[in-house]
Amino acid sequence: MTDAPIVTAKDLTVDFAAGRSYVRAVAGVDLTLARGETLALLGESGSGKSVTLRALMRLHPKSARIGGTITVDGRDVLAMNAAELSAYRGATTAMIFQDPGLAFDPVYRIGDQIAEAVMRHENVSRAEARRRGLELFERVRIPSPERRLDNYPHEMSGGMRQRAMIALALACRPKVLLADEPTTALDATVQIQVLLLLRELQRELGLAVVFVTHDIGVAVEVADRIAVMYAGRIVETGPCAAVIRGAAHPYTQGLLASRAGHAAARGSRLETIPGAPPDPAALPPGCAFGPRCHAFTPACAGGTPPPVDVGAGHWARCMRLAAAAA
Amino acid sequence: MIALDPDRDRGGPGTPLLAVQSLTKHFGRKASVFARNNAVVRAVDGVDFTVRKGETLGIVGESGCGKSTTARLVMQIIKPDAGEILFDGEAVGGRALSLASYRRQVQMVFQDSYASLNPRLTVEDTIAFGPKAHGLGAKAAIARAHDLLHRVGLEPARFAGRYPHEISGGQRQRVNIARALALEPRLLILDEAVSALDKSVEAQVLNLLLDLKDEFGLTYMFISHDLNVVRFMSDRVMVMYLGKVAEIGGSDSLFEKPLHPYTAALLSSMPSMDPDKRTEEAPLAGDPPNPINPPPGCRFHTRCRFAATLCAHAEPVLTGGDDHRAACHLADPQSGHPRLAA
Repeated sequence: MTDAPIVTAKDLTVDFAAGRSYVRAVAGVDLTLARGETLALLGESGSGKSVTLRALMRLHPKSARIGGTITVDGRDVLAMNAAELSAYRGATTAMIFQDPGLAFDPVYRIGDQIAEAVMRHENVSRAEARRRGLELFERVRIPSPERRLDNYPHEMSGGMRQRAMIALALACRPKVLLADEPTTALDATVQIQVLLLLRELQRELGLAVVFVTHDIGVAVEVADRIAVMYAGRIVETGPCAAVIRGAAHPYTQGLLASRAGHAAARGSRLETIPGAPPDPAALPPGCAFGPRCHAFTPACAGGTPPPVDVGAGHWARCMRLAAAAA
Repeated sequence: MIALDPDRDRGGPGTPLLAVQSLTKHFGRKASVFARNNAVVRAVDGVDFTVRKGETLGIVGESGCGKSTTARLVMQIIKPDAGEILFDGEAVGGRALSLASYRRQVQMVFQDSYASLNPRLTVEDTIAFGPKAHGLGAKAAIARAHDLLHRVGLEPARFAGRYPHEISGGQRQRVNIARALALEPRLLILDEAVSALDKSVEAQVLNLLLDLKDEFGLTYMFISHDLNVVRFMSDRVMVMYLGKVAEIGGSDSLFEKPLHPYTAALLSSMPSMDPDKRTEEAPLAGDPPNPINPPPGCRFHTRCRFAATLCAHAEPVLTGGDDHRAACHLADPQSGHPRLAA
């Protein structure tokens, strides 16, 4: 891709007020997203993946402090005023969430909510906006779309509501789609349908997608690139196949090894990462993964490991790699 | 620990630890201002299965398939409308096996580790509560709690005095497991017990469950929506769909040669782990139907690509050998399904 990336975040930090002090949920994230590219942010609870995603939309409470820079489609997101922000949200960048039941207003018909979004951003009539809604419902393959536009959210099943939310997100033809665990609450047979739908829409509409998930399998199904987050930092990123087949960071390696997949014979024991993810308010010094790492050395506690290049567009933050490269 | 009850294994090794016959539970929707009719949710509708001594029976299915209701029925948290539960050959609540004695031998671990614990009890009091209620002295109960904490990988000196909100989700689930073991149960029902845990912690708890099973000679009913985990844990697997058993069989046989089209679809819905072989086509369209008005005939026929007229009228029964059975007309050579003739 020759043109400039559509999303660039540099040294992104997000701090939340916790009593008198602040807790650093995102501690210096750099990411770039090319037009038409899908990036999966993979991590466990508290890793900062959802906070990073929300920062791209500036969806945090006023008390949160965001540092660094975010540029989307050539504009500085952190410098936008309220009016610019509301024009930006929905039109340039749209978001879908884990729970579509909470994303819709329960007392309005879904068709009206989509029409409202279209009319808010574009100077069109209600009839035209509804026509757009119908087109979108067909696009996300909701059966009998005309009738379904008049449904209230509770009248739809979970999978259909998720499709409707995707339709709502696409209503103003955004360039960037932010997806926060959109299939986590869905049943297996429905999850794969929604993943395939997102992949197809991404291709047809040329969307750039940031997809937050805790499930490696889901990331492999949708992503061009994977970024693995741990304790507020991206610890490894690279093309999907490179990260899955040649994981360089001990945390990524551990995650892949601990999966109860085909490789694990019944009755045997899984390889595990000891301990639990750290509390963001009390991170260990240096590499935050250090205390759980099988390759820990005193140098790991000495400072944050720098990103080390391990292949084409593939890097990881690990002292072991840094020492080998030096 | 404490010496095993001499007559714990009453029925002998050949008797299944748990035998469930025609288990049925329909939830009636209470008349309310909004109720338009007296619809009934057929949550569990005539389910038969056995759990053999020392095995792990995995139960899988999508939301609304009745897997959690089945667990609650077995646990006697809710009363079945019909059906029988035999534990080691004895009817539960009968003369030979009182409900109290049964409940001591069957314990359950739930998905939500926090909601499962009393926030005002310390970890040791939580675990000692059951034994005390069943007549063990306070000192002995605390000693047992410490022993169990040690066995589930939580150092008693560090964790015994803590409250549920002071420990992590993985640690809380270990406490729930220790509590379930405090009464020396024979059957442990794990209802999505690892589903809420982070992946790196999930593997630790799965290993712990395997260790405890060996150590205490336990039998598990392992309910999960994660097929990878179920395959890893289970000797046999039961697949449920809309309140019915679709298929039941040995883990390898079921995962490698599924007999029911629903099982096959469920298996191919699992995300691929190979970036070069991504899933190209969704095996099923649409959501599972509402269990309020399940389709007639085979409940899966509305989503099945092999459905014939027969499937919409006649309900298939579980057929096949003892080791692997499916409720599908295609699995029954006598059913007259058109594909069998071809």
